[in-house]
Amino acid sequence: MIIPGIFASGISGHLSTNNFTSIQTVTVGSGGSSAISFSSIPQTYTHLQLRVTGRTATASTSDSFLVTFNGDTGSSSYTNHQLYGNGSSAGANAFGGNPTSSMNLGQIAAASATSGMFGVAVIDILDYASVNKNKTVRSLTGVDLNGSGEVDLRSGSWLNNTTGITSINIVSYSASNFSQYTNFSLYGVK
Amino acid sequence: MASAATYTPIATYTVPSATASYTFSSIPGTYTDLVLVANVQGTTGGNGTTVQFNGDTSGNYSYTLVDGNGSSATSARATGQTNIQSGLVDNVSWGTQIIQIMNYSNTTTYKTVLGRGNDTLQLRATVGLWRATAAITSVTVLAAPNAYNFIAGSTFTLYGILAA
Repeated sequence: MIIPGIFASGISGHLSTNNFTSIQTVTVGSGGSSAISFSSIPQTYTHLQLRVTGRTATASTSDSFLVTFNGDTGSSSYTNHQLYGNGSSAGANAFGGNPTSSMNLGQIAAASATSGMFGVAVIDILDYASVNKNKTVRSLTGVDLNGSGEVDLRSGSWLNNTTGITSINIVSYSASNFSQYTNFSLYGVK
Repeated sequence: MASAATYTPIATYTVPSATASYTFSSIPGTYTDLVLVANVQGTTGGNGTTVQFNGDTSGNYSYTLVDGNGSSATSARATGQTNIQSGLVDNVSWGTQIIQIMNYSNTTTYKTVLGRGNDTLQLRATVGLWRATAAITSVTVLAAPNAYNFIAGSTFTLYGILAA
């Protein structure tokens, strides 16, 4: 099966819809939330996809979010890169040097942006259940604020080749709460 | 953890003869996100594909994009637009555009979309904003910004994704 967003050039027909399964959604309520967590992730799929609509409470127009797996926050556990376009220039960089303690995978709106504006991300986590490979992640993410914002292609890897991903933890880069209506939806791809 | 199957083809359209646009209408509000997949070729090169929602032709759209052409990368932004420039089209071969329309049916937030497209000359990633809180009930794909047509055989497929 070919999943749009994962293997774009292979689109050839309809999907078998049983092969893309909604696992869990977390929607932030009016009180905000300091972290988003998915636990006890079944090891029965081939890939995971995380779809995000997000905003945080930090006093800025935009923010980003950091992702870790299985509670691993070791200082040398991850690598992380991006190719960005900010409306006037394009560039590339690594977040926090490499290796690092988390992966910055999403650009989202924040409290100083106009109400109603959110950033989004579609994140593919490949071969997440493998016990033989480091885990590789890619993200298409961006926020447009009607005059500012950026769009990014981001990648990351978890330098663990012995353990499947059973949990995902997400916090904002600013350490602020995620705002109401933020949602993170996790899907399994067979 | 609960789980449920989701990723449903809503409609697909194959262009029978050169046309400047196609509209998916009466889109059900029962999904969480929409994914529009287009495989297109244009009657002229150096063009884009754009999307427009609910027939809104006012200046409620903005976008930020990044392009790479094999030797350099550039970025651009536009505000006050009548659509979101989301992809690339040439007249040499087929280009693919995939547009993620997030949280399309909610009536609280503005709508943000991600686009990723390529033709034979370059690739593009776009984030676009529609400053409206209305649920999206129709999506129009336009052969724009420069006037041209999608050639016969171009395809458009709209999928719905339903979160648990």
